[in-house]
Amino acid sequence: MATATAGRRSTYPYWFLIPGGLIFTVFFLVPSVMAFYFSLTRWTLFDQEFIGLDNYVQFFREPALASGLTHTLIYALVTSGLKVVLGMALAILLTGPIIGRGFMRSVAFFPVLVSTIGVGLTFQVLMHPTKGIINQALAVIGIDGPAWLVDPSWALLSVALVDVWQGVGLATVIYMAGILTIPGEYFEAAKMDGASAWHRFRHVTLPLAKPATISVIILSLIGGLRKFDLIWAMTKGGPGFTSDVMASVVYKQYQAGFYGLSTAGNVVLFLLVILIVLPLFWLVNRKEES
Amino acid sequence: MRYSAAVLLAGVLTLSACSAGSLGSNDDDGSGKTAITFLTNNDPANVKVAEGVIAAFAAKNTDVTVKLDTRPQGSEGDNLVKTRLATGDMADVFEYNSGSLFQAIAPQANLTPVTGESWVGDLDPTFKQVVSADNEVYGSPWQNITGGGIFYNKPLYTKLGLQVPKTWADFMANNAKLKAEGVTPVEQTYSESWTSQVLVLADYHNVAAADPGFADKYTNNQAKFATTPQALAGFQRLEELKKAGYWNADYASAKYNEGLAAVATGKAGHYPMITFGVTAIETAAPGKVGDVGFFAMPGTDAAKNGVTLWEPSGIYIPKSTEGDKLAAAKKFQAFLASPDGCAAQAAATPVGGPFAVKTCKLPDDVAPAVKDLSAYVDAGAASPALEFLSPIKGPALEQITVEVGSGIRSAEAGAKLYDEDVKKQAQQLGLKGW
Repeated sequence: MATATAGRRSTYPYWFLIPGGLIFTVFFLVPSVMAFYFSLTRWTLFDQEFIGLDNYVQFFREPALASGLTHTLIYALVTSGLKVVLGMALAILLTGPIIGRGFMRSVAFFPVLVSTIGVGLTFQVLMHPTKGIINQALAVIGIDGPAWLVDPSWALLSVALVDVWQGVGLATVIYMAGILTIPGEYFEAAKMDGASAWHRFRHVTLPLAKPATISVIILSLIGGLRKFDLIWAMTKGGPGFTSDVMASVVYKQYQAGFYGLSTAGNVVLFLLVILIVLPLFWLVNRKEES
Repeated sequence: MRYSAAVLLAGVLTLSACSAGSLGSNDDDGSGKTAITFLTNNDPANVKVAEGVIAAFAAKNTDVTVKLDTRPQGSEGDNLVKTRLATGDMADVFEYNSGSLFQAIAPQANLTPVTGESWVGDLDPTFKQVVSADNEVYGSPWQNITGGGIFYNKPLYTKLGLQVPKTWADFMANNAKLKAEGVTPVEQTYSESWTSQVLVLADYHNVAAADPGFADKYTNNQAKFATTPQALAGFQRLEELKKAGYWNADYASAKYNEGLAAVATGKAGHYPMITFGVTAIETAAPGKVGDVGFFAMPGTDAAKNGVTLWEPSGIYIPKSTEGDKLAAAKKFQAFLASPDGCAAQAAATPVGGPFAVKTCKLPDDVAPAVKDLSAYVDAGAASPALEFLSPIKGPALEQITVEVGSGIRSAEAGAKLYDEDVKKQAQQLGLKGW
């Protein structure tokens, strides 16, 4: 790679950059800068008043914030963890010698294609404590199912489980791609040496599918941290505040007409995601290189 | 196989893309008529009233055509109204809340004052106050004054020989008898969380009866829910009913319509609600409106028992409406403050309470619950709800009352949290003294 980097002319003339740059400025740069500005104001849409960092002070004093933050982290960790485990398991099954493999792969991926709001509303019906098919089915085998979405201790977990059901297909596809790139010779060699199926998984598949694992963890963690649509469709953060996450706290402030405050909340959420994901990204990337 | 799936998917996508309605059409149909647009919320019963009113208005005013446009209810609708006003894109005439929400749309900057119109003199004084800002009146009434309190099942009361309670102790005694009979004493419907606030909000007449200056002190940051015993009582009563086991078993997942149906069919004895619910009983439990009665929230003193009133929302004209359209919009606005307008509303759907216009009479065949409400109003035993006396209503009340009513949070902690919520609202409104 001995290209002369110093003083190298750009491959394209600068005016090539104008269309992309214009779109970036109008739709991304300007709104972002404005968001930072409005987060420092008391804003009613009709007028605004500059109040410095008061919104941030207020936001961090928000009683719903502490629980919302905990819920966000629990939600992100639960969904991310389950997606890694289940995605890996499904990928091994679906790359193995099974009947109707193509069909099975599509079935595992279908929930990803369905609208999240649709999934949320459907599961709201399925998870109804008495009339829902889930608890009716559990009753047949003698289990008294929980009240799912309306039980304060189950609500957040119920939504997380639905999220996993909907999102595991994507994790599976990433894992399948990862597993299929592992050369077959490794498996054959391991088999020759008398490695059991568990050993082959533990010492061949798992380490060599690591790039896939990293992608799944980062994607699902970011997704989990900023999850909003599914939670809003299923519980609206309820009962009470028991399944409130950062995004729903921010949305409720926006709904209440606290536009400046909710913009401040979004800036905080943005920083939080960066704060969690960036170090994670560096960490796993450094390990990968070494 | 793979292709056919792709083709199928593409087909589905194309179909769904086509189903989106075409927005925007000509305002003027070229026949010399003035066309105006009326924006109201999309609640089915409300849309029915809007259609009825528009038809009646069209019959009297052949030179104006009114086109109906709808918006979401609740906070989503609030944001839509604010955005459209802020961008000068509002419908020619629109319906929106009175009281604290009306103050939040900056009426002085966005709405056309109508203080000089002849119909303003016919308005109920309290209503006039909740659609006014800086001594200018901005709106005519949409639908009726309603009352917050408790719906009860009349046949059950007759069967068990119960009396309408005037004090909390009497109410709890009735609940005990209902429970002994195997009937749900009090229905709650937390799947639609707004319904959980009624027990607290409708208790305001009792607060005002004990401390007439509460609203002003509350607005000026001098009185709190957690430290005013009468105001705290609303939260405590919610807690007491939950602890006594008086809720329906499915209170956490039940919906508003199920609650109305329960009290109308006698599955439950009581359902705390605002009388606009009368309109929806016909859909929830057809033919049962006659079985539902209404009484005010019982307090500690039987002599001071009275009802908490919700004022109608208003019909307003934005500053962006001008010329012929403004004249037509004013005609429509005035129509709603006239006996013909009231009659058109009453004909479209069962009314939920008295009209806020002096020249309007309630039809004779109103539901028993509305007659019960009118009796309180006629006797002068009524106060407007706090949200019509103060610009501050905390946005998280419904989540807090769900928590208190579900036993997740104690009444004291709930009231304290609500005071925090109120403080946030006051600060965001930029009120002095917060």
